[in-house]
Amino acid sequence: MRRGRPVAASLADSPAIRFVDRLVDGGFDFFVGVPCSLVKAVLAELERRRLYFGETREDAALGVAAGAYLAGRRPVVIMQNSGLGVSLNALGSLHLLYRLPCLLVVTWRGDEGRDAPEHLVMGEVLPRVLEVFGIPLRALDGRALDADVAWAAEEMGRTRRPVALLVRPGLFE
Amino acid sequence: MTLTEALGVLAPLVPEGMVCIHANGFIGRAGCAARDRDECFYMIGSMGLASSIGLGIALAQPARRVLVLDGDGNVLMNLGTLATIAARAPENLLHVCFDNGVHASTGGQPTVSDRVRLDEVARAAGYRSVVRVEDAGALADAAPRFLATRGPAFLLVRVVLAPAEGPAPRVPHTPEAMTERLRRALGATR
Repeated sequence: MRRGRPVAASLADSPAIRFVDRLVDGGFDFFVGVPCSLVKAVLAELERRRLYFGETREDAALGVAAGAYLAGRRPVVIMQNSGLGVSLNALGSLHLLYRLPCLLVVTWRGDEGRDAPEHLVMGEVLPRVLEVFGIPLRALDGRALDADVAWAAEEMGRTRRPVALLVRPGLFE
Repeated sequence: MTLTEALGVLAPLVPEGMVCIHANGFIGRAGCAARDRDECFYMIGSMGLASSIGLGIALAQPARRVLVLDGDGNVLMNLGTLATIAARAPENLLHVCFDNGVHASTGGQPTVSDRVRLDEVARAAGYRSVVRVEDAGALADAAPRFLATRGPAFLLVRVVLAPAEGPAPRVPHTPEAMTERLRRALGATR
């Protein structure tokens, strides 16, 4: 027999599930992306709710999200920061040009220089790349998920631009 | 058959209300010149993503029919889209590829579509139906059935460059105006 706290309670406490709850409560209703291990638990919860599907590349996911927004949905694109490099042309010549907002949930591999070598360059420049493109960003705070998601939704509505929430290692693991 | 001739056959047959997502380059310009409606969206950048945008609309609004007007360079740039569309299998998504074998708007550099048949790639990916036409008569025969078929369906239209024709004028709408009119047509309120 399982001992201790009931399974349901411990699951509901998971930051990944709280994050998905906040997104859904905030009106986000279309989830597409390319996986990263830092958001494995978030993707598993979205899959469990049948809300998410995987694309082959991050820019294709952004294209799908653009279509969803045109059709009245509020889209979220989930990706590793390596995929942000793949995404820059879509962001520049589709989302920013046509005023198509979406929420970018971008993991921060290489944060503080502690990671596998392939993540170090993008890890160091990630916030600056977003800033150069004029994309508002916040690093998600596990104790302030409500406020962070609310900020992102408000920013998207006000600016009609993509907005990024960054996921540091450990947040959802 | 040139791109303009192909659109001259296809565009008048597109039912009212069908969303048309045009790839960048000469396809959007020719499509806009052939028949412009609020449901038409013309990419001017983001090469490769017309099919992804069409997929997003088709999944978000399953009752709305969506037609993607693509080119061989665009499809080759985002080849993974054929796999995603086939796997998601939206019944309301139709995909035309005007295949002239070159990147027309950048100077006519060849693509590989003369050796890699994109209709065969779509078939192998698992599109529900795939048709290839090489002349205007065959397109006129195939188009009505294609436009009414259950998706995902792929229609490859072989076209030739017509340098003497020159490209159609640039799309007159601003990108933001295209977003607004398509969202209005789709009843998007937020």
